[in-house]
Amino acid sequence: MLESYLPILVLITIAVLFAVGSVTFSFIFGPKKPSAVKLAPYECGMPLIGTARERFSVKFYIVAMLFILFDIEAVFLYPWAVVFKRLGMFGFIEMGVFIIILLVGYVYVWKKGALEWE
Amino acid sequence: MEYLQLFFFYLVALVAIVAGFCVISCKNPINSAISLVMTFFCLAIFYVMLHAPFMAAIQIMVYAGAIMVLIIFVMMLLNQGAEVIARYRHAVIGAFVAAALMMVQIIVLIKQGAVSATVGPISSDVIETVGHTELIGQALFTDFLLPFEIASILLLVAIVGAVVLAKREV
Repeated sequence: MLESYLPILVLITIAVLFAVGSVTFSFIFGPKKPSAVKLAPYECGMPLIGTARERFSVKFYIVAMLFILFDIEAVFLYPWAVVFKRLGMFGFIEMGVFIIILLVGYVYVWKKGALEWE
Repeated sequence: MEYLQLFFFYLVALVAIVAGFCVISCKNPINSAISLVMTFFCLAIFYVMLHAPFMAAIQIMVYAGAIMVLIIFVMMLLNQGAEVIARYRHAVIGAFVAAALMMVQIIVLIKQGAVSATVGPISSDVIETVGHTELIGQALFTDFLLPFEIASILLLVAIVGAVVLAKREV
């Protein structure tokens, strides 16, 4: 059983080695001639105005919250999709009720303008 | 193979504990959050080792994905920079009391509890032949139909609550 996860482990190992390797080797072999412009967070673009540690708008929070809620809704779809053929019409109606109840929430969010960025 | 699995378990457990320690000891909250993602991944590996691949996928999708985004957004909202507030003495005392109580509980549970094998019709062999996601789906959409539909109401309430709280007119 666990052996079937070996490819994932190999993939993760290669990914970690690649990431650590690129950072380490560029740190060791890369030339370092720092200047104020080079050390700025954005080498191209407008000059900095103040610090990045500002309080962010609550609008970000509501987007994250709605993302979680609809993410959890999507999670329920996976086991449903797996046993869909065995459940037949009954399962279809079940999931239909589930989706419609959440669709009410989606319509509410939309009408309330929570998805707008004003 | 057995020893290899045991070795792997201890390796992942070590990473989980070290990452968990980093969560509470890091000065920068964002570093704590990254360590928390690491612990979530270790827990996902444990779920896989417990023959629960669906739980592992959910652990990564919901916790390492969605919940982490929310935690980071809350950090951005609170704007607690790298300079963390001084340690409170009463918090340390409270933590000690909680840890002592927890240790007493664990000792009592280990002393009085008995180790048993898997009980019930669902054993590791059944999970391997039928499939974990299939079993969960079958149970969720037949025996636990009402809780499943109630979950949709709960999600609806959460959606409305989030909008009402965060979208208030100021």
